[in-house]
Amino acid sequence: MRIGVDVGGTNTDAVLMEGTRVHAAMKSPTTADVSSGIRAAITACLEQSGTRASAVRFVMIGTTHFTNAFVQARGLARVAVVRIGFPAARDIPPFFTWPDHLAAQVRGAVFMVGGGYQFDGREIGPLDEDAVARAAGEIAAAGLRDIAISGVFSGLNDAQEKRAAEILQAALPEAQITLSSQIGRTGLLERENAAIMNASLRPMAAHVVAAFENALHDLGLNVPFFISQNDGTLMRAEQVRRYPVLTFAAGPTNSLRGAAFLTGHKQALVADIGGTTTDIGMLTNGFPRQTSVHVDVGGVRTNFRMPDILSIGLGGGSRVRATAEGITVGPDSVGYRLLEEGLVFGGDTLTTSDIAVASGQADFGDRQALATLSADTVSGALDVMHQMMEDALDRMKTTATALPLILVGGGAILISRPLAGISETVTPDHAAVANAVGAAIGQVGGEVDKVFSTADGGRDAAVAAARAAAIRNAVDNGADPASVEVVELEEIPLQYLPSGAVRIFCRAVGELAGLSEAASEAASEATHA
Amino acid sequence: MPKLITLEDIDALATGSAFLGTGGGGDPYIGSLLAKQAIRQYGPVTLLAPDEVPDDAHVFIAAGMGAPTVMIEKLMSLEDADRAVRGLERYLGRTATAIISAEMGGLNSVVPVAYAAMRGLPIIDADGMGRAFPSLDMVSFNVYGVSCTPMTLMDEHGQLVILETRNARAAEEMARPVVAQMGAQAMMCCYPMTGAQARQTAVPGTLSAALAIGKAILEGDGAISPVDRLVAALRAQPYYRHAHRLFDGKIVDLDRLTTRGWVFGTCVIDALDGAGQVTIEFQNEHLVARRDGQLLAIVPDLIAVVDRETARPIPTEGLRYGQRVAVIACSAPPILRTPEALAHMGPANFQLRDDFVPIEQLAGA
Repeated sequence: MRIGVDVGGTNTDAVLMEGTRVHAAMKSPTTADVSSGIRAAITACLEQSGTRASAVRFVMIGTTHFTNAFVQARGLARVAVVRIGFPAARDIPPFFTWPDHLAAQVRGAVFMVGGGYQFDGREIGPLDEDAVARAAGEIAAAGLRDIAISGVFSGLNDAQEKRAAEILQAALPEAQITLSSQIGRTGLLERENAAIMNASLRPMAAHVVAAFENALHDLGLNVPFFISQNDGTLMRAEQVRRYPVLTFAAGPTNSLRGAAFLTGHKQALVADIGGTTTDIGMLTNGFPRQTSVHVDVGGVRTNFRMPDILSIGLGGGSRVRATAEGITVGPDSVGYRLLEEGLVFGGDTLTTSDIAVASGQADFGDRQALATLSADTVSGALDVMHQMMEDALDRMKTTATALPLILVGGGAILISRPLAGISETVTPDHAAVANAVGAAIGQVGGEVDKVFSTADGGRDAAVAAARAAAIRNAVDNGADPASVEVVELEEIPLQYLPSGAVRIFCRAVGELAGLSEAASEAASEATHA
Repeated sequence: MPKLITLEDIDALATGSAFLGTGGGGDPYIGSLLAKQAIRQYGPVTLLAPDEVPDDAHVFIAAGMGAPTVMIEKLMSLEDADRAVRGLERYLGRTATAIISAEMGGLNSVVPVAYAAMRGLPIIDADGMGRAFPSLDMVSFNVYGVSCTPMTLMDEHGQLVILETRNARAAEEMARPVVAQMGAQAMMCCYPMTGAQARQTAVPGTLSAALAIGKAILEGDGAISPVDRLVAALRAQPYYRHAHRLFDGKIVDLDRLTTRGWVFGTCVIDALDGAGQVTIEFQNEHLVARRDGQLLAIVPDLIAVVDRETARPIPTEGLRYGQRVAVIACSAPPILRTPEALAHMGPANFQLRDDFVPIEQLAGA
């Protein structure tokens, strides 16, 4: 058995799963301290299914805690940044592109030291170790503990970043050091930003992970626990202490992955309809399609791989207005106050949920409250809601071929009619907790994003090297070697280089090692039953 | 009152020049950071109309040369640009009195503005093509008789290389291996000229045009149709006024191949309603667009692929399977369409067998 938990901004959802079956599902409000909400949701799950804590082998948790903390500039640490590459990359210093309020909170000190690499692996210069040692002195004097190190082309060769970390760690034993090469992709500023964000979140990560551990311990769940990452794979708790930033997009990813799992669809559109917005994503090979553009988090430009999500202002609490020009829906919403303000709940605001009840698609609240609603308003609002959904779905599609649509989240009742370009609309069981299911089924992955020379061996050799490195990383991260496969491979040729070089991004994913053992156990239990 | 380029203009300039870069020219993002930094530090830049440039002005170019993927790691330095320009000034024994862009497409449209701010010099409202091209010889200065060399290349270590070659093509061929040795990125100063030469050979008004196009795209956010708004803005420009939204579709096939230091490729776009297919061939920049085999637009006229929702231009390295795009083509400045210019930057220079046919004829047919 395993437990998946999704800690969202409003609700904490938990599911208890055995193999591919969902035994119990529970929603409970997210609490300020996070861990008591988790405890409540898990306890309810175990009680609902009559399961003992000792039957649980793994716990997987997805959380938006770190994303929200960064965007709201809450509890961030001051960071010292050491950039290796001088005299290259000297004109645009760290924090240059940050919004003022975030820079004011996070900027500790900035050092630009000699070193870095060229695209072909040559050194721009050797690491200036004396400068790093001097930086260590200043960091100590300033009382800073959290350090980010970035280096020009460190994705190609991380030796200088690692050496600088050694020197800093020796001088500052308490320091927590983040290397850009272990987080980001090609693009110094974006990779460095990701490293700084990560460094700023590490003290909080230590607290949050400890709180998770205590919560599980209190429940008698002394089992390994994992946290969901941006790409739908898992990392171990101790890794989260070091890389909290890798959880940033886990929320939408888990909901897409959960939708795929609950329906068995691998190529499909997924619409997660909440109270205020609908998030639409696209599954290809069972994984969310990723964005290829830069992603701003709290106004800071990064290049994490994030799921490509289109958000529109359509949710269960969206306001419906009949105006002279026609009927409008959203983008404003009564949000969580739906249960007080919606017409069927005794309030005086017309919402999409009221329309769903009026049309007979849903049945909750007091239908009588809708007696004065005209049939024209109801059908007009339904027209607008379905048109919004059709337009958004069409924008996310990559071919004209009709695709299945999976509806998850509480607002799935808004959609009742057939949609253009959609072959079938599916609302699976447990759709309301798809994100917790997504957490529970997380796999383990590894990736590589480097510039490869094609001078010797050509393109095929470069691709083979990239695949091997990604697979090795997945196994190092805890994947069962037998199950690892490459799920993504992207080549970007480098312009202007006569020698021939190509940037390759490759990602491999496999089942959590140990889970297959658990699965076979589950299978044998099933046989006995 | 002279016109000034201020901090608020930089995003529009970067966006407009990314459009005029027609898929190539390099991402102006890093250049726009440098320009904002420089304008904050040194103040706005005076924009000089070509007819205001004195005959005896000393006009210098500041530009970057190299691989965009390298630039996002090594970034870019105005100090290095300064060393490249000062190196050429020293060699020639004269000092710059005005700066001009070599190309009004992508990165090299923004870098000269940043540099002009740093030097406190005016920038001329003109460039050598009113778009982007992949090679040093494909520029109006060369077509109409200005020598590309002497030119300088500068790396981040302060190492200067001066080239004097028999023609611009040779300069390009010699510069490439030098730039590769410099780490696939260098700052460059070439085509040194007088004010009179600049006036006779440059494409005038292109910096203002890039600003206007960029503003139309940025201010189109939230508009009913940002793409139509962009086309309208192009039609208000003297050079680009034969502008057409050729096709709306989804990218269904993409083939990119790097050889001899350039990215060659093909992008296939299917109509959203399933009727027809457009194929675009590119060499860094888009060269030719055909619909079901029939010519729609061809170099040196401009072919741009933009996001169908936002009208933001998409560089060739940003093209992805499944993207929903609009294909826009517009006329090139007349100075690029003369027989002399077509000999340097016409279809034959890109190994295309088609003759050049102006977009206004193709779209009218």
